[in-house]
Amino acid sequence: MGKFLLHRVGYLVLLAMVATVVAYLLAATQLHPRSRYEGRNPAPAEAVVDQRLTELNMNDKTPLVERFGTWAKGVAHGDLGKTVDGESVNTEMSRRMWVSLRLMLIGSILGTLLGVVAGAYGAIKQRKWSDQTLTVISFVLLSVPTVVLAVLVKNAGIWFNQVSGNESTPLLFTTGEITPGMDTWSWAGIGDRVGHLVLPTIVLAIGVNGFAFYSRYQRNSMLDVLGSDFLRTAQAKGLRRWSALTRHGLRTALIPMATFFSYQFALLFVGATFTEKIFGWHGMGEYFVDSITKNDTNSTAGVTLFVAVLVLIAGLLSDVVYAALDPRVRAS
Amino acid sequence: MTVVTDTVTDTDVVSRSVSRNRLVLRRFLSQRLAVAGVVVVLLLIALAYLGPIFYPWKYDQLDFQAFQSPPSPAHWFGTYQTGGDVFARTLRGLQKSLVIGLLGALFSTALAAAAGAFAGYFRGATDTVVRVVTDLMLVLPGFLIIAIFSSALRDGSWLLFIVLLAGFQWMITARVVRGLTQSLREREFVQAARFMGVPGWKIILRHILPNMASLLIIDATVGVSSIILAEVGLSFFGFGVQPPDVSLGTLIADGAGAALTNWWQFDFVAGVLVLLVLAVNLVGDGLRDALDPNSEIEGAK
Repeated sequence: MGKFLLHRVGYLVLLAMVATVVAYLLAATQLHPRSRYEGRNPAPAEAVVDQRLTELNMNDKTPLVERFGTWAKGVAHGDLGKTVDGESVNTEMSRRMWVSLRLMLIGSILGTLLGVVAGAYGAIKQRKWSDQTLTVISFVLLSVPTVVLAVLVKNAGIWFNQVSGNESTPLLFTTGEITPGMDTWSWAGIGDRVGHLVLPTIVLAIGVNGFAFYSRYQRNSMLDVLGSDFLRTAQAKGLRRWSALTRHGLRTALIPMATFFSYQFALLFVGATFTEKIFGWHGMGEYFVDSITKNDTNSTAGVTLFVAVLVLIAGLLSDVVYAALDPRVRAS
Repeated sequence: MTVVTDTVTDTDVVSRSVSRNRLVLRRFLSQRLAVAGVVVVLLLIALAYLGPIFYPWKYDQLDFQAFQSPPSPAHWFGTYQTGGDVFARTLRGLQKSLVIGLLGALFSTALAAAAGAFAGYFRGATDTVVRVVTDLMLVLPGFLIIAIFSSALRDGSWLLFIVLLAGFQWMITARVVRGLTQSLREREFVQAARFMGVPGWKIILRHILPNMASLLIIDATVGVSSIILAEVGLSFFGFGVQPPDVSLGTLIADGAGAALTNWWQFDFVAGVLVLLVLAVNLVGDGLRDALDPNSEIEGAK
């Protein structure tokens, strides 16, 4: 088991490295930081622009191999380079990372839990009205893009604040992650953060990357298990229906979810990008969109590294969960 | 996944003389929601292509008498700030989204079938290469990579955009196809063809892929909705379809900011988009039940 995991970690780390390198090379050839200076009036002297771009390691007159060498050397020493504005990508990322992670972690955990519970419940109550309602809800939500869902939830929040009559002191905030000037580590500050967190988390938790997705697959997988012989045997040997369902049924039905979880995590970042942009959070998703529009090569590569590492961790986590749920994996 | 050679299992319902296609059609038609999905998709296609002929306003026309006006008999879905007609643009966007969704799904399924079948049939070096590429593509965040290419898309080549969308869609299906190919490869009819000297690519085209037609059809259908959603996401940030061209994604982006004050600029487009995706998903679900009654969940180990 240990050897298997080690082998797996090695492979995933290699893939994450290759992914980052590919992203850097693509960004370096496709983005044009020089164009940022072209539209200016008065136009800066070419030598000045060249010098500035060389400082940032983004001068397209330097051969790509040389630029890549400089960048790779920096990355090997833990330095992801500079943004187009001359700031350190590391500083920017360390500030924004936790904003996104907070949103994504809470959203994905909540979404997975909700989906698994609803899916398993729906399968047990198959064809009853509760199952049919859940199926319809998840099916409709699965067809609503995260962008649309985020706008709808945001407007619902604004409407809620208007109706409940506290527009000036709202309970649910629709912009940003904290009210400016609020002390982060006071009780009021924490409450304020939670108030900001509610709506974006709802979007991520119930949307395509959360509840809607997991409940459908969990229901299918649970239905397969419910018809199986070992579940009947478990009940025949005297186990109560409830403990047979949870210990033998749900546990087996969760195995395929572990695989889905790792695939979903990369998509979750995309979902978080919409959510951040629409709710005005300054996280990694926003950083990514901005870095593309600003022709910021180093930042783009940095975000890709972040996502690749997330996918890597999710992949490992799903392997561990897989092994914990499925004794056959542990034995081999 | 059932194989074509041993099809009819529920003989109590159907007599032996019914062909497989008939049976599938009958199973599909018995699902009311799936049929409704087909009807909605066909209606939307008709609306997107026939609507502009009969509707007086064109998508690039501006009405200087009606800026930002709510829905009215003259402008069914209202107008934008510049006087552009929301209904005409929605139809135009629908056209683009439909083309992108259908072509993209076709590309990605074809790619998945080719990569998976070749890897599963030829094994060895081919298999290793395909596996590494598949794994790498799964780690590479597709959304980010396509966004990086967005400056190349600005030159208006939306075919490249479709290829990119499809290029990040095929990996999981390719894995499933590979697994199926490996088991089909050992079947007598494939062995027989091989011993008769039929080249590998011909065996794949003639014997292997037709035997997983149901999987490929389902995958292509589901792919349509996910490609449409991906397009919407990318175009929302300006990384996809570029102006003056419009798609449902760019229209959503235009309307999102005005969703509270000028609801008609967002709600209609969003409604059409959700209706389209919902209908395609219903068709996909119906096809899955009709083609493949004993199907395992896709992608699950």
